[in-house]
Amino acid sequence: MLGAARRQLGSGPMLGQVLRRLRPAAVAEATRGYSAAAKEMTVRDALNSALDEEMSADPSVFLMGEEVGEYQGAYKISKGLLDKYGPDRVLDTPITEAGFTGIGVGAAYQGLRPIVEFMTFNFSMQAIDHIINSAAKSNYMSAGQISVPIVFRGPNGAAAGVGAQHSQCYAAWYAHVPGLKVLTPYSAEDARGLLKAAIRDPDPVIFLENELLYGESFPVSAEVLDSSFCLPIGKAKIEREGKDVTITAFSKMVGYALQAAEILSKEGISAEVINLRSIRPLDRAAINASVRKTNRLVTVEEGFPQHGVGSEICMSVVEDSFEYLDAPVERIAGADVPMPYAANLERMAVPQVSSFSSILNFLLALAHTV
Amino acid sequence: MAATSFTAAKFLAPVAARSGGERAPPLPAGASSSSFARAMRRGGAHHPRLRTALAVSSDVLAGNKAQAAAANPAVTREEALELYEDMVLGRVFEDMCAQMYYRGKMFGFVHLYNGQEAVSTGFIKYLNQADCVVSTYRDHVHALSKGVPARSVMAELFGKATGCCRGQGGSMHMFSAPHNLLGGFAFIGEGIPVATGAAFAAKYRHEVLKQSGPDGLDVTVAFFGDGTCNNGQFFECLNMAQLWKLPIIFVVENNLWAIGMSHLRATSDPEIFKKGPAFGMPGVHVDGMDVLKVREVAKEAIDRARRGEGPTLVECETYRFRGHSLADPDELRKPGKDYFPVSFYFFASLVKFLVLTRLSGEMENGIKASLAKFVAMLKMASNIVLMKTDEKSHYAARDPITALKKYIIEENLATESELKSIEKKIEDVVEEAVEFADASPHPPRSQLLENVFADPKGFGIGPDGKYRCEDPKFTQGTAQV
Repeated sequence: MLGAARRQLGSGPMLGQVLRRLRPAAVAEATRGYSAAAKEMTVRDALNSALDEEMSADPSVFLMGEEVGEYQGAYKISKGLLDKYGPDRVLDTPITEAGFTGIGVGAAYQGLRPIVEFMTFNFSMQAIDHIINSAAKSNYMSAGQISVPIVFRGPNGAAAGVGAQHSQCYAAWYAHVPGLKVLTPYSAEDARGLLKAAIRDPDPVIFLENELLYGESFPVSAEVLDSSFCLPIGKAKIEREGKDVTITAFSKMVGYALQAAEILSKEGISAEVINLRSIRPLDRAAINASVRKTNRLVTVEEGFPQHGVGSEICMSVVEDSFEYLDAPVERIAGADVPMPYAANLERMAVPQVSSFSSILNFLLALAHTV
Repeated sequence: MAATSFTAAKFLAPVAARSGGERAPPLPAGASSSSFARAMRRGGAHHPRLRTALAVSSDVLAGNKAQAAAANPAVTREEALELYEDMVLGRVFEDMCAQMYYRGKMFGFVHLYNGQEAVSTGFIKYLNQADCVVSTYRDHVHALSKGVPARSVMAELFGKATGCCRGQGGSMHMFSAPHNLLGGFAFIGEGIPVATGAAFAAKYRHEVLKQSGPDGLDVTVAFFGDGTCNNGQFFECLNMAQLWKLPIIFVVENNLWAIGMSHLRATSDPEIFKKGPAFGMPGVHVDGMDVLKVREVAKEAIDRARRGEGPTLVECETYRFRGHSLADPDELRKPGKDYFPVSFYFFASLVKFLVLTRLSGEMENGIKASLAKFVAMLKMASNIVLMKTDEKSHYAARDPITALKKYIIEENLATESELKSIEKKIEDVVEEAVEFADASPHPPRSQLLENVFADPKGFGIGPDGKYRCEDPKFTQGTAQV
């Protein structure tokens, strides 16, 4: 069979790609690059292509939000969509979050598939009543009669120097609510796969992007570029295998965790980095399996520490894998203050790569003294 | 039942231009809605772009007998009986709810609709099944009018598994997908954007998906109260509905009270129907205690929406005979509480009469003329006085069901015994609903965790409509599934 594949594809880079697919999955995971092909894609293009493909595949999908049409998107995510699909399907709304979010929910009640864009998720607080009371709870209150196939998407978390009212992370807020699915893509592959899954999903999905990741490029395989590519909701990804400590992260912090893991590996500490991808439902199985292997856990998030995502992950591990822990779970989070404006204070208010290393060193030192 | 002075043709007739600078006088504290009619004659859209949108008021309380001479709205015997039956169903059902609540069969928050039946029946009975209704927590009668069986609603209120939402929603969250009843919302104002979205979907289906019904666009009717009209979402949706010309009717059930907050204490401009023209849509005021008038307005508004001419704001002046909810002691609506005492107006009129006659020396001569003047002054204040002395009995005298019954009998559309047999039939239906609800089982324990998601596995639905995770060729990217 391998011979046939070789004959079909010839030699060269394609062969390497095929062989990688045929290898056992565990070994495939160990390699950071998932394709031999050097095709790179920014997160912005990944989101744009996902929106484009889903809108062309299903005419009941439409996009609404502020500046999504003629302005091509406040962050240019919806570039070109107005020209392609017209103003009936790409709606520029007035500045009325509560109103247009409710309109999206009502349209979803009637079987359409809206994508509601918030310019940032901070503005979703003006519409949070509809997200939670009209969207999240409706399938339950109506005993399954009315499902709400809606996606709320937009940038989440801190950007650069935008001040306290534009910098909050809402992952913990929305993940608290039963009836919502909360997704946090990191790479271009995540962005494409998860957004397509979110649009096809029959439940309300909160899709938390990150403004600083929009311009970052990631390698993508041909599989990812396929128009039916979807990632499962509720499954995390092991970005880097390791055996000494597990680091869970989501969104921009995955990049920081990977950098930290690189630095740690030079010091002889092998860190396993889990890209959560889905905050609700949380992939407890993957996290616990990893902790059982490494016996140490560090949770990373950009948001406020109290009642955050890390707290839930810690509790999940304590419930399921307590005996496997060699050290207390360590939590790295943003500072417990509204985001300051001054650049040096802002740097102190979000986790930096250096925070990881110092904590990990401390943990491992602790372990060695026992 | 007074003949209607409102005709649908007035809906879109242009308003007479107002003289510059004139505005409607501010309403005195505790003023009655008779001033609506007075203000209407002076008020109206004055913005140059809004010349085609107008505020219309039916002269209901002005006691303007000249206008009352207009023709009755035409209604056939079948229609009249349908309306009667629906209103009686609403009333008997709600009375039964009160009984059941005090017996402990129903619990939590229960908000009853007694007195407002004309609004629900007048609008909903003109809708098709594909049309949507969105309501507030006072939604039992909207559900019944839309066609949800009484036994399903009663079982839902009892919290049984046979309820329309299997006991998961309760009194404030009635949903029925087959009847296009989209809730049932506890937060006031929450239903308005959802209704606007349903109207948006109807327009989208017609224009983008090219799925059209034979009658035109599917219409959505949003019901909400006077308190909601101060909420931001209301104005946001008036704007967007008119901007995108959505097939929606915003129906304000102005019963003058938001729990214990009088509409007049909460609102800078209490005339809600005037807020429609501010956004470019027609605003109509109608007597919500008269089902035929409501139906007349409903026909016009619904037909307009179906034709794609856009939204309408309809303010129905109505009243709830019971408190805000069954837990509400309803103390603020006692006679004379917030208003000037009756005696004040009586003595004011008397003093005015005495002073004027003294000054003009008419006391000895023309006592009849003086008396006539006195009586005229009293009449002027009579509307206000009636409202202030006993709001409840004022509206009880305008009970929509008694009014329709009187109309039917006077117009010889049916006999008294036929109406009595309808009442008997409804009583049987409601009793049967209670028995059904009583006999129904509580939800099974497994129901607690059901229906949080339509797709609990979270893998999404593939293009063939099945769960993706069941597709053998499911693309996983590089994640371990």
